[in-house]
Amino acid sequence: MSRPELQAPPEIYYGDTEAKKYTANSRIQQIQSDMTHRALELLNLPPDEPKLLLDIGCGSGLSGEILEEEGHYWVGVDIAPSMLEVALDREVEGDLFLQDIGQGFGFRPGSFDGAISISVIQWLLNAETSHPTSSPPHRLNRFFTTLYASLANPSRAILQFYPNSDDQINLITSIAQKAGFGGGVVIDYPNSKKARKVFLCLFVGSGGAQQNVPKGLDGEEPV
Amino acid sequence: MVRLITHNLLACHAKNCTQTKGFPLAFNDVRVETKEAEFNADFLKSFYERKIDWDALVGAAKQLGDTSLPLERPEMVDDDFLQLLHHVLLEIHVEEGEMICPNCKHVYKIRDGIPNMLLAEHEIG
Ligand SMILES: [Zn+2]
Repeated sequence: MSRPELQAPPEIYYGDTEAKKYTANSRIQQIQSDMTHRALELLNLPPDEPKLLLDIGCGSGLSGEILEEEGHYWVGVDIAPSMLEVALDREVEGDLFLQDIGQGFGFRPGSFDGAISISVIQWLLNAETSHPTSSPPHRLNRFFTTLYASLANPSRAILQFYPNSDDQINLITSIAQKAGFGGGVVIDYPNSKKARKVFLCLFVGSGGAQQNVPKGLDGEEPV
Repeated sequence: MVRLITHNLLACHAKNCTQTKGFPLAFNDVRVETKEAEFNADFLKSFYERKIDWDALVGAAKQLGDTSLPLERPEMVDDDFLQLLHHVLLEIHVEEGEMICPNCKHVYKIRDGIPNMLLAEHEIG
């Protein structure tokens, strides 16, 4: 079976059944949780300070709950109403928005102390209509410029995604840089088919304390 | 849920609206619920000092029927004030209603506490 983003737009793919199945699947929960913890690590926030974070493509709130456990406040956006409904049922603490990230955000400058996104931005690589505002470069540009504006200086955005080629990584990175972001790509377990994970590690300003793009994990894979 | 902490950060993102012209969104026809939240002085202080738009918060609270905040932004941040701020920012939830852009008049509907931020094709910037 091909990847979900090649089958249908996210708000269709994650209908009621898929949304509940996705959230209840313990394997998915585990992967989502691991990636959220890794994204938090890459965010490099100061210890023990409650922050306001943006969760891009928050789905049913699996990542948001981890942000809560770590003492943070969060706002989540997602384009799939069924996923947001599951989030409501699970009584997550974040404020939720039904939003298409390719249309951009309206948050005031410096609203968030950081942003994370788990397995979402590959959806922006598919055009949904022939309208000029639907082309992937236009949507990516709108997404990154408005995200950049909504983040505090310094801060970071950590976006884990599934590219299907190096060209896609280059396209996304170059548009993010044009929008003002520093930083780059972090690849965990680059030589493993199963454990390989790609994180865009984007900096606003200095990106916080440690300015180099972090190293990807390597060596022994997690079980 | 839409709380005033988030509303205070949110401007209209339609084409030709800017973060100054499209802010703050006006509440209309709302149903609110109050839910207790955990108090965190550090978080509130940093939000108050670094991010808040005071006039927008006072105006929005009034639209939701809460007039507890002083009209002038207080210089003194004591515990009583933080408690007040805590309630207004984090414990009032807008469950139903709409938010209207002061500039382009786009209506963002709120259902089950979730605002619909989707734009029509001609509104996308
Ligand atoms: Zn507007």
